[in-house]
Amino acid sequence: MSRAWQLLATVPDPEIPVLSVVDLGVVRAVEESADGRTVSVTLTPTYSGCPATDVIARDVRAALEAAYDEVQVRTQLSPAWTTAWMSEAAQDKLRGFGIAPPTHNTLPLLDLNADPSRPERCPQCGASDVEELAGFGSTPCKALWRCRSCREPFDYFKQL
Amino acid sequence: MASATSERSDLLKVADGCLVLSHRLSEWMSKAPTMEEDVALGNIALDLLGQARGLLQHFAAALDTDEDQLAYFREPQEFRNPLLCELPNGDFAHTIVRQLFADAWLHNVWHDWLSADDATVRGVAEKAVKENAYHLRHSSSWLVRLGDGTDESRRRTLAAVDALWPYRGEVATAGWYDVIEPVLVEATLPLPPRDAWTQRSSADGWHTEHLGYLLAEMQSLARAHPGASW
Repeated sequence: MSRAWQLLATVPDPEIPVLSVVDLGVVRAVEESADGRTVSVTLTPTYSGCPATDVIARDVRAALEAAYDEVQVRTQLSPAWTTAWMSEAAQDKLRGFGIAPPTHNTLPLLDLNADPSRPERCPQCGASDVEELAGFGSTPCKALWRCRSCREPFDYFKQL
Repeated sequence: MASATSERSDLLKVADGCLVLSHRLSEWMSKAPTMEEDVALGNIALDLLGQARGLLQHFAAALDTDEDQLAYFREPQEFRNPLLCELPNGDFAHTIVRQLFADAWLHNVWHDWLSADDATVRGVAEKAVKENAYHLRHSSSWLVRLGDGTDESRRRTLAAVDALWPYRGEVATAGWYDVIEPVLVEATLPLPPRDAWTQRSSADGWHTEHLGYLLAEMQSLARAHPGASW
């Protein structure tokens, strides 16, 4: 892993600091110049209106400027970010943080008659008997669910 | 040339529609019927704002200006949003019916734009089409609960459909009716005729009186303190 990737792995998501921007899957490309002085990073935003997007770009730049003379941060919209790009490690980190990671339905999300994706189990007690309380939550990426077994409410990272 | 021009005018129609509707939804903040609904409308407003920004940045780049100039320094007659998006919130039923009509419009727009020639437009659409699916699910499930709910919620929902149906002209395609009509049926509401009269469009800069007041609020800070940042 290059020095740039190692640095990027230390940049937290501002809303869910347990995840790095690498875990989140928003770093699409890293190119270092041959002399190692310049680095160019391509980021893709998560939710269209997520306020964390600008903060991530700023934090990525600051982290890399510690090691490179010149840092370029580019934004790429297509292909659009999807929760399927989150790393395996991210899923475990989310659970440890009390957030159920996204379940990826085989049914396309675009089918309006399909049931929306649901968490596999409660991140606190592991029970699978869970119910939705609200389709929208504390950040654009989350919904509010509740475990029927331990009765605790929890955040669910929605499939996108 | 004609088709490139019409593509660009569609771009502004959708960008302005998302921007203006986002502002309307933000007016519910702190006074929605429930805490969960406050959060939902806020999140939908945020998604719409992000979608608007993606398109406005792209539109602005071609004009050698920026998104803030377009959002904050244009006059009402320069906006191209569908009239539907600028109408006041009214009661909650009115907001939900307006939202369903707008969500169904955008559902069709984003699907069409998944195959746009322009890579930026396609990129915005790839994300927006999925965000919109959550919005549409929200507005249609509320419409069913309100229409097939109490006498009071039904009365208000019928009144809202009645009031907003004449504003469907700029957003209603065959695909729009295909989304709207099954929801109205499930909500046990009568289907208004497809060929009923509709308002003219905003394509020539003609708006309702409501847009001016909305922009006065939305633009006041940027106009009082040009270039302000925080």
